[in-house]
Amino acid sequence: MENPIIETNTPILRLNNVSVSYTPGKNAVNNVSVDIEENRITAIMGPSGCGKSTLLRAINRMHDLYPNIKTTGEIYLRGENIMEMDAMTVRRKAGMVFQRPNPFPTMSIAENVLAGYKLNGLRLSRGEKDEIIESSLRDVGLWDEVKDTLNKRGSFLSGGQQQRLCIARAVALKPEVLLMDEPTSALDPIATKRIESLLLELKKQFTIIIVTHNMSQAARISHKSMFMYLGELVEYDYTKKMFTSPTDKRTESYLSGKIG
Amino acid sequence: MTMTIKKIKDRAFFYGVCFFSFLTVVPLVAIIWELVSKGYKQINWSFFTESAPSTFEAMLAKQSGDILPGGIANGITGTLLMVCLAAIIAIPVGIFAGVYLAEKPKSKYAAVIRFIADLLQGTPSIIIGIIAYAWVVKPLGSYSALAGATALMIMMLPLIIRSTEETLKMLPGSLKEAAAALGAPYYTIVLRILLPSAFGGLFTGTLLAVSRVTGETAPLMLTALGSTAINWDVTAPTSAVPLLIWEFYNDPNLADMIWSSSLFLMALILILNLIAKQVAKKWRIQ
Amino acid sequence: MTKNVLFKSLLFAASFIVLLICGGIVYALVSGSWEAFSQFGVFQFIFSSDWDPTIGNEHYGALSFIVGTLFTSFLALALCIPFSLPVSLFIGEYFKGKKIANFIGSVIDLLAGIPSIVYGLWGFYTFRGLMVDLHLSSEGFGILTSSVVLAIMIIPYATSLSAEFFKMVPNDLKEGAFSLGATQYEVIRRVSFPMTSSGVFASYILALGRALGETMAVTMLIGNTNLLPTSLTDTGNTMASIIANQFGEADGLKLSSLIAIGLLLFVITAIINLIGRFIMKKFAPTK
Repeated sequence: MENPIIETNTPILRLNNVSVSYTPGKNAVNNVSVDIEENRITAIMGPSGCGKSTLLRAINRMHDLYPNIKTTGEIYLRGENIMEMDAMTVRRKAGMVFQRPNPFPTMSIAENVLAGYKLNGLRLSRGEKDEIIESSLRDVGLWDEVKDTLNKRGSFLSGGQQQRLCIARAVALKPEVLLMDEPTSALDPIATKRIESLLLELKKQFTIIIVTHNMSQAARISHKSMFMYLGELVEYDYTKKMFTSPTDKRTESYLSGKIG
Repeated sequence: MTMTIKKIKDRAFFYGVCFFSFLTVVPLVAIIWELVSKGYKQINWSFFTESAPSTFEAMLAKQSGDILPGGIANGITGTLLMVCLAAIIAIPVGIFAGVYLAEKPKSKYAAVIRFIADLLQGTPSIIIGIIAYAWVVKPLGSYSALAGATALMIMMLPLIIRSTEETLKMLPGSLKEAAAALGAPYYTIVLRILLPSAFGGLFTGTLLAVSRVTGETAPLMLTALGSTAINWDVTAPTSAVPLLIWEFYNDPNLADMIWSSSLFLMALILILNLIAKQVAKKWRIQ
Repeated sequence: MTKNVLFKSLLFAASFIVLLICGGIVYALVSGSWEAFSQFGVFQFIFSSDWDPTIGNEHYGALSFIVGTLFTSFLALALCIPFSLPVSLFIGEYFKGKKIANFIGSVIDLLAGIPSIVYGLWGFYTFRGLMVDLHLSSEGFGILTSSVVLAIMIIPYATSLSAEFFKMVPNDLKEGAFSLGATQYEVIRRVSFPMTSSGVFASYILALGRALGETMAVTMLIGNTNLLPTSLTDTGNTMASIIANQFGEADGLKLSSLIAIGLLLFVITAIINLIGRFIMKKFAPTK
């Protein structure tokens, strides 16, 4: 079985034979090797349980939090193997946005944006703080909506606004890569559209990998897509090409709705 | 069974349930009425600021028809001293132990600790008094506030552990993950994110633990003993409000003081419980 | 990284303190009662109803107090059930979720907060008089009086626990029964009760555990005699009340005997509470 890898320009992230297992002997992700291009949106698609979230979470070492999960293989970020780095350093370089918006309930909007700095004990001057808050909120299109309520808790924000706040929180740390785990599946279509436009802007600054169960979302915003099935990387290609003429039969079945 | 018999049974049962339910209000009303009606006379400024009268002073007052002099200041300060001492240990130990248990739902060791906490919670307070006696009174050679505080601490601990664990378990898992995804180390996640988010539940649990031990008499009888004057020396015998009530009960001359001090104690416990409930409600809505 | 290690050790240490406390309790009770048990023999001590402090011929036994404890506690439980069950049905079934249920629930919580000594005072000054007027007792002290007050004291605990179980019965199950023409009473009898019976049973076991350890109210109402109580009007003592009464001035063999009684009470309460919690956990794992 071949893993089709297509290289174009600089791959910022390189995965090499990555496998993840929850129970010994059974791999949720099996031997995935792939290069991710810088400043692009790469989508990971597949039916439920195919391992796409598991793969994403391996990149920022989330699996370290759970002792029964084993990850093998190498993941290189700009040439450095993150599997050998300190997990917390990795997480500052690869930020994550989750499916359900989860702003910290005890912090104000401003504090949420700066949470990455506060939790890591990184000191900022007053000016630096204000600058980061404003630029991050502007990046996600929230600045005008919340600039007068920065010191209030975020609980009054709508779902879409809360999720944009979480994205602001992630970009505030200026990571290399943004990992998005189905970021719009809990949001209404209008909020979803706003975030999709946002991602198209953000890719100019960051490399984005987005897990999505929504094929049309992948078609709308991603440059390249990975299709996973039962833990395997089945196909990886330019999104337009994959959707119009997929190489693998399984990809074709998924895209035409026969599986998943 | 005919329709009517069915209906009669149903109605009868319903009325029976309602009747007995409202009946439970009776003892509450009776007790509170007794306390208020007999106790308000004795409550004045000196009630809070002066120590309990001696039996001789009381006898004189009764002979001349006055209300009894003095108050329960020695009891109030004693209760304050011992509850604070107990809380200083019980709160941090309880919270940290609760965090430990919440973080390790499957460990066998954690199951043992949970089991012991349950055991402690169900232990009669007089036995905790015996323990504090053996641990503190005997070695120290005298009754003391320290011994009383030890007993109260042991009683507060399981309540705080349990409420901490339960509250933490109710927090969404994504909170921890969001903090971890930002690169926060474990201790920061717990101290800066989890505990503050759980604050409402922790506060409620602490208040309930405090209100529970404030009313305890038996363990203090074996440890703090009581004292006629306001005492701040932790190694000396100390009074407490329930202990004073017990002394008043045992001395016919001081019997009049019983009602006001009981009223005070009940009001104190009631206020603590109400605050705890309000905090719990507000926190749940958020 | 070391900060993490330090913090995790701190957490572990806190949990270990709990273990130490338990060990300390067992040690204190066992070593304190050693003298009495070795002097009288464990079985002899448990089954003897002597309580003779005359110097030179001291003879102590726990039976009178064990009987006193069990007698009052079981009687209190029996008296509490006919009140606690209706109230838990009121809160958990009939008026589940409504304002009136919240009101009654608050009343119950208030009752739960009243300290033991206050119950004792009310019992001593008011209730006792009632018992005398009803010719149930000569001076108002005794097993019956203390059991009734004890019953009132454990009603809140038993009620709030069992009400939770009734609340947990899923609505669609009950609606299925209603749609077949059942009355509320029949739904309770055929659907709710069978589902909740283990949990309710466990609630009463735990209430019993609470009653076993009650000290102040019982001390003030039971009459404080050291004979074996055999009827409702007898006075007596419970394990908790004898300790409360005599601990302050006891030493030597007497003190050791009191601690031995404490150990017995600890064991009995622990067993009852553990049985109750075990049934609860098996039946309702969410609690």
